[in-house]
Amino acid sequence: MGMTHIVDRRLNGKNKSAVNRERFLRRYRHHIKKAVSDAVHRRSITDIERGESVSIPTRDIGEPVFHHGQGGHREMVHPGNREFVAGDRLPKPEGGDGQGQGQGQASPDGEGMDEFAFQITQEEFLNFLFDDLELPNLVRKKLKDTETFSYVRSGFSTQGVPAKLDVIRSLRGAHARRLGLGGARKKKIRELEAQLAELRTAPADLDAAFSHEDQIKVLEDEIARLKANVKRIPFIDEIDLRYRQHLKQPKPATSAVMFCLMDVSGSMTQMHKDTAKRFFILLYLFLRKNYKKIDVVFIRHHTSAKEVDEEEFFYSRETGGTIVSSALKLMHKTIESRYSPAEWNIYAAQASDGDNWNDDSPVCGRLLTEHILPLVQYFAYVEITPQDHQMLWYEYERVQERFPERFAQQQIADPSEIYPVFRRLFERKAA
Amino acid sequence: MSDAIDRPDTAGSESPATRKPVSIGSEWTFALIEKYDEEIAKCAAELGLDTYPNQVEVISAEQMMDAYSSVGMPVGYNHWSFGKQFLSTSKGYQRGQMGLAYEIVINSNPCIAYLMEENTLPMQALVIAHACYGHNSFFKGNYLFRAWTDASAIIDYLVFARNYVSECEERHGVDTVEQILDSCHALMNYGVDRYKRPAPISAANEILRQEEREEYLQRRVNDLWRTIPKMDEDEDAVLRKKRYPEEPQENLLYFIEKNAPLLETWQREIVRIVRKLAQYFYPQRQTQVMNEGWATFWHYTLLNRMYEKGLVTDGFMLEFLQSHTAVVYQPPFNSPWYSGINPYTLGFSIFIDLRRICEAPTDEDREWFPDIAGTDWVKTLHFAMANFKDESFIQQFLSPKVMRDLKLFAIEDDDMEDSYKVTAIHDEPGYRELREKLARQYNLSYREPNIQVWDVDVRGDRSLTLRHVPVDRVPLGKDTEEVLRHAHRLWGFDVHLESVEEGIVVEDYHCPHAPPPGS
Repeated sequence: MGMTHIVDRRLNGKNKSAVNRERFLRRYRHHIKKAVSDAVHRRSITDIERGESVSIPTRDIGEPVFHHGQGGHREMVHPGNREFVAGDRLPKPEGGDGQGQGQGQASPDGEGMDEFAFQITQEEFLNFLFDDLELPNLVRKKLKDTETFSYVRSGFSTQGVPAKLDVIRSLRGAHARRLGLGGARKKKIRELEAQLAELRTAPADLDAAFSHEDQIKVLEDEIARLKANVKRIPFIDEIDLRYRQHLKQPKPATSAVMFCLMDVSGSMTQMHKDTAKRFFILLYLFLRKNYKKIDVVFIRHHTSAKEVDEEEFFYSRETGGTIVSSALKLMHKTIESRYSPAEWNIYAAQASDGDNWNDDSPVCGRLLTEHILPLVQYFAYVEITPQDHQMLWYEYERVQERFPERFAQQQIADPSEIYPVFRRLFERKAA
Repeated sequence: MSDAIDRPDTAGSESPATRKPVSIGSEWTFALIEKYDEEIAKCAAELGLDTYPNQVEVISAEQMMDAYSSVGMPVGYNHWSFGKQFLSTSKGYQRGQMGLAYEIVINSNPCIAYLMEENTLPMQALVIAHACYGHNSFFKGNYLFRAWTDASAIIDYLVFARNYVSECEERHGVDTVEQILDSCHALMNYGVDRYKRPAPISAANEILRQEEREEYLQRRVNDLWRTIPKMDEDEDAVLRKKRYPEEPQENLLYFIEKNAPLLETWQREIVRIVRKLAQYFYPQRQTQVMNEGWATFWHYTLLNRMYEKGLVTDGFMLEFLQSHTAVVYQPPFNSPWYSGINPYTLGFSIFIDLRRICEAPTDEDREWFPDIAGTDWVKTLHFAMANFKDESFIQQFLSPKVMRDLKLFAIEDDDMEDSYKVTAIHDEPGYRELREKLARQYNLSYREPNIQVWDVDVRGDRSLTLRHVPVDRVPLGKDTEEVLRHAHRLWGFDVHLESVEEGIVVEDYHCPHAPPPGS
């Protein structure tokens, strides 16, 4: 009989399956990407704090092996007979290809599960989301680190690095300890010394058994012992040491408001809008990293502009022409009434297919340079079209010359081109 | 206190009044686990259990999910299918749809058993009795395990395999290696010699001989495929008639490892790794009923023995019996929870009844088991554990009483008939037939299609032909084409599969091409 060895493995890593899980996600990245894509469609752009549930058809992830099919002759033994006797015949279920229970190959789980569902984490969700956008890893990381931290003092602890030793606290503690350990003894010493003095001054006694010399000797010995005891109490001990403790706290950040401006005229298809949505999500993620509180204002326009909620912003259809300046005017009005630049960091992202009434483009340029850009941190414009630039683009080019710091524009034919706009943003921030 | 359950012999037990339990509460500590293990070990020794040394590892639920997902291998190479297993396990667990297995035990020396930290003390004791003494003694004693696995080498071999696979991934890319592994997994059940006894796995030898083998393998393959100088017609005809291999080969992975024309050496090594793992798991696939039955019998017997000795409380026994009852519950065939015969129930029932036949035989038992009735139960049970696999174990030891208790009956399903037929039930005329049918159900070649390597067109297009011999006209399932694609990936040339009944091809599959007509 062998002996038993008991091991506590609970502190060993628990993520032994992480690599295998990653392999699985990698193998089915196309399925997952599609699920993420659908989710982006469904979700609000501010709703990026969670992962997503993904399901894949079971047949796509099967591991095939040779097995028996239906048909032929089989016999199965089952438990729980109640009324059958040998020779009984039982009707087969309709369809004619029924077979004995417990032999079904179709679903090992016993239920008709044809979907394999699982959860991906927020991080994985963002990874798959950014996969299309070809963000470099560094930027991904920046986007996912949501907060910056500062260290604040938060009391004292008994452990720490020497650099954080608090001398006054430590010495105060040592003093208290010395008092606590030695106080009673010192008092006793004082009492004994008083007795001793009294004895020394008293007249000699006649009782030889308790002569003065003996009594003095006893007292002196006791005083010496107590003094030695007191002396052994260390001046400072390890338990007296106190270290200043610091706590990581999210940096108090100021507020930001993000304006999403989008052309919803007839020429903007749902594909355009989805591309724009990704662009807005990126901007939102970026802002969230830097600011504690973020307001999002959705302004859509065709020939006139309107502030709407997100659902209406992305998913209602309009027809008709385009007057971009209407949106810029509304944005300016909204800033003046609700978002004082003294309190808010203002960002704006505008998406359009580039269409505008030609007469209107110079108006837009003027609005931007004279009224809006002096107030905002950054204004990004994306033109979502594979075709040639339109009038608005050339007008905006002039704006960019005047405000290279805070205005960027980019043409996007494909989601992978969204990133360059953002690179400028990040570069500016890193500087 | 255990009225609800048939308790085995309690004669000679001390009265519960004299009990001095090891502990009262249900919280476990390492000291208590040690104490319980000590007492269980004593009981096991009294009853003749021979085990490997135990290594009990306490782990968290997350770690149990990890262990679960790598099919019980403590160290495994990386593969997406384990990730899939992990995702579905953790999902099921988090939603509370399923509990985790109470225990996982590894056939190794020392025998590694995992205890979950969430378990209560009685559960930990149950798992120790079940895994560390039940399964452990089975691994050490059963002839299949003795012949097919080397418990002292498996962990080292798994480490070797993991390292080898990850080196290949570095050198050849994750995708390339994954493809080979996928294909090997598809044929994994056909990576075993059923009749020949293989050399047990040894990591030291594997590493030592690996380079040697690389060379040797390549030479062998080259020999087989060497262009033979032209010979005269007669000789050619003889050669052509002769099949290669001369005898059908049931170990597809072995055949591929040794003969596939285009595999690179590292790919052959991976085929070998999967094949060796298939061999390691092969005894477990053939002894599920026996192994679980044996372990369940012993946790039941050992903990009852503890109770008789006054070492555990009534509360302990109640909790233990509740878990035990759940483990051996057999839903009837018409229950929504029915998913076939519960191997724990069947195995446990047979072992318990075997003990009864030894200790208190009836006339029926004397008639059915003349060699066993009235013998020493410890010896008889050990004999049964050591020398059988599920199929022969059921054939040998399933008693009429167990058939009656489980109310077994056999149903015939023939695709040429309009109705099912009840062919045998738990009555006098039915016992033998029923027992035979149930035993056959556990025959691996009845459960999995019989497919063997039949021929290789050595002098022609190098195609590989597999032959399926159907049992009772049961055809191949719908994955067949898919599996054939995997076989083709490994073989590198056309692969054919024929179902042959009495010399007639009833069904054929090809990947990617059918052979030219008339060949």
